[in-house]
Amino acid sequence: MFAQAATSPEVVWSLLWPLLFLSIGGVLLVTVTSVIPALRRPGMPAALTILIGGASFVSTIPVWRRVADTEGPTTVVAGAMSVDAFTVVMTAIIAASVVLTALVLDDYLRREGLDGPEWYVLLLMSASGGVLMAAADDLIVLFMGLEILSIAVYVLAALHLRRTDSQEAGFKYFVLGAFSSALFLYGIALVYGATGSTQIDQIAANLRLPNEAGLTPIEDASLLLAGVALLLVGFAFKVSAVPFHVWTPDVYQGAPTPITGFMASAVKVAGFAGLARVFVISFSEFGSGDLIQDDWRPILAILAGLSLVLGAFMAAGQSDVKRMLAYSSIVHAGFLLIGVHAAGHGDAGVADAGGRALVFYLITYAAMVVGSFAVATVVAGRGDADHGVDAYRGLFRKHPALALMMAVLLFSQAGIPFTSGFMAKFRVLGAAVDGEAYVLAGVAMLAAVVAALLYLRIIVAMFLDDADDEGGDEQVAGSVRKIDVPVGAAISIVLAVIVTIGLGVLPDLGRGVVAAAADVLVNR
Amino acid sequence: MIDVIVFAISALIIIGGAIGVIALPNPVHAALSLIATFFGVAVLFVQQEAHFLALVQVVVYAGAIVVLFLFVIMLLGVDRAQELGVEPLAGQRAAGVAVGAVLLALVVGGLFLSGDPDRGGAVALTGQSGQVVPTVEGEQDVIQLARDLFTRHLLTFEATGILLTVATVGAVVLVRARGAEDLILDEPGTAQH
Repeated sequence: MFAQAATSPEVVWSLLWPLLFLSIGGVLLVTVTSVIPALRRPGMPAALTILIGGASFVSTIPVWRRVADTEGPTTVVAGAMSVDAFTVVMTAIIAASVVLTALVLDDYLRREGLDGPEWYVLLLMSASGGVLMAAADDLIVLFMGLEILSIAVYVLAALHLRRTDSQEAGFKYFVLGAFSSALFLYGIALVYGATGSTQIDQIAANLRLPNEAGLTPIEDASLLLAGVALLLVGFAFKVSAVPFHVWTPDVYQGAPTPITGFMASAVKVAGFAGLARVFVISFSEFGSGDLIQDDWRPILAILAGLSLVLGAFMAAGQSDVKRMLAYSSIVHAGFLLIGVHAAGHGDAGVADAGGRALVFYLITYAAMVVGSFAVATVVAGRGDADHGVDAYRGLFRKHPALALMMAVLLFSQAGIPFTSGFMAKFRVLGAAVDGEAYVLAGVAMLAAVVAALLYLRIIVAMFLDDADDEGGDEQVAGSVRKIDVPVGAAISIVLAVIVTIGLGVLPDLGRGVVAAAADVLVNR
Repeated sequence: MIDVIVFAISALIIIGGAIGVIALPNPVHAALSLIATFFGVAVLFVQQEAHFLALVQVVVYAGAIVVLFLFVIMLLGVDRAQELGVEPLAGQRAAGVAVGAVLLALVVGGLFLSGDPDRGGAVALTGQSGQVVPTVEGEQDVIQLARDLFTRHLLTFEATGILLTVATVGAVVLVRARGAEDLILDEPGTAQH
């Protein structure tokens, strides 16, 4: 009657630590803070979160040693997760953005009169979903990661319980996000139906001609194409690429500002990691004859072009800095999509350049966007509502260091030389030109110029005091709040600026890391 | 013979329950007769040796979902007899009948047009004859599912735990009572769209 007990798959715990720290850390945090009241005091949950996120970040180093230097990439827990250089780099970015967000969040919660360890619990769990998504070697695991990441972020977006804007943002994000998740899941089902597997490597193997598994090659590709399209919609929503971006400005504006920084960094990084892994690895072998990848790369190019143009032009009309940064994140999504587009190129050299550009862009982008939103958190002041460009007017006079830091971060987002953003854009465009995607590269340059105007508006406002206000200086000084930069936010901003300038001046720092991560994607 | 008797009894329960759902005037009674339908379907699943589906049918549908229905009905205070004579949307009754007729035609058509039962039947609907997943001799589907869940999908299974924790924490945080007096209402029209 009873069959013999099934043997559980071997679990290599030592390779799972970065993920386990985040997920178990989140569960433990919610448990201990509800049992021990002392740990609920302001500052304690943040300190624990920074500890947990830091532990996750540090634990990527021994994993890196194993997968990149000694043992090579591997899969764990019955092929559910790939632990390779790409996974480790993405995990490190997500863990770092947890730490930076928690630093900003601590003072934000005190300032807003909110409390509770739930913010940090959801932050950690959301990050664990992101790591799962970046590491997934199976579409089902990827979907679980996507849902853990998204549901936690929906709640976080609505968690400023005394601001109706925040509630609205959370609800909008939830409704639209649930819809895109459903499309994504349907895409997984269709891809499974067409290829006979949900495993990312296995899908690639089943699509390779001639087939290794002895199955008949796919004659009618319509099922697979529909599945690929639905998967792309799901990813495009998560990374807010046009035309799936409409939620972005409202949600970025309404969500609590530190959380917006987390959404722009960790959520986008996880989305792009999943997108790159699924498309570049699984579907790279798909296509008729020797023109591989020709079925999905053009769609990606169109998404990238639309994101660049619409993001840049729509941003120009905004007067709210959070909305501006939301549109700028759409432009960045366009640049990142160019990276994925190049990484899927049939030529190994172009694909390699594209993969490296993508990984480098993700590292630099996460740092500068977390820093930018940290500054926005500080400038907005109590109530978290004062995000107009006017709030930045004369910031240099009030707080020179903060204004200079923000200027560096915005210059980097604009792609001014000697910042990391310049090198990131340069490399992405270089890969696009190598791949002879001249139109796309041209559109990207145009979008970069238009978007630069947007950043300049904020910078000009920070450094120029209105000459007309000279007479009414007393009145202005009276109405303007004094800006205090809390220690946590200061550390976060300084770290972001160090990464931004460091990678701008020495872009070859960590070259080996980026190359190894890109290698996983393109040299299958 | 026993199969036919079991089928007949459960079919009667299913149809009776279904009629009860639409015919009973009290929404609570309608929700309760839905349970009868779910139990009848569960019996049919057992008859087809789909034990896992039968279990899920009882635990999830008859248990959780109907309880949820009852909560909603009672919380909204509509647990009274409803006037069924009025149509809130004009023509919805006729549309309902039409859709029902089309569905019935589809099912009956699929049944009669399906191919030779020896080849698995149901060729008319999908163009392919039905296939049964190869089973290990004498092993129940529950055991097979469990094996799959705890080996190949172990990580997914564990990740579901995190997902449920996130959902629970999120739901509790969002509905927790809070003073409405210090709600910051943004001035209407200041948000840009």
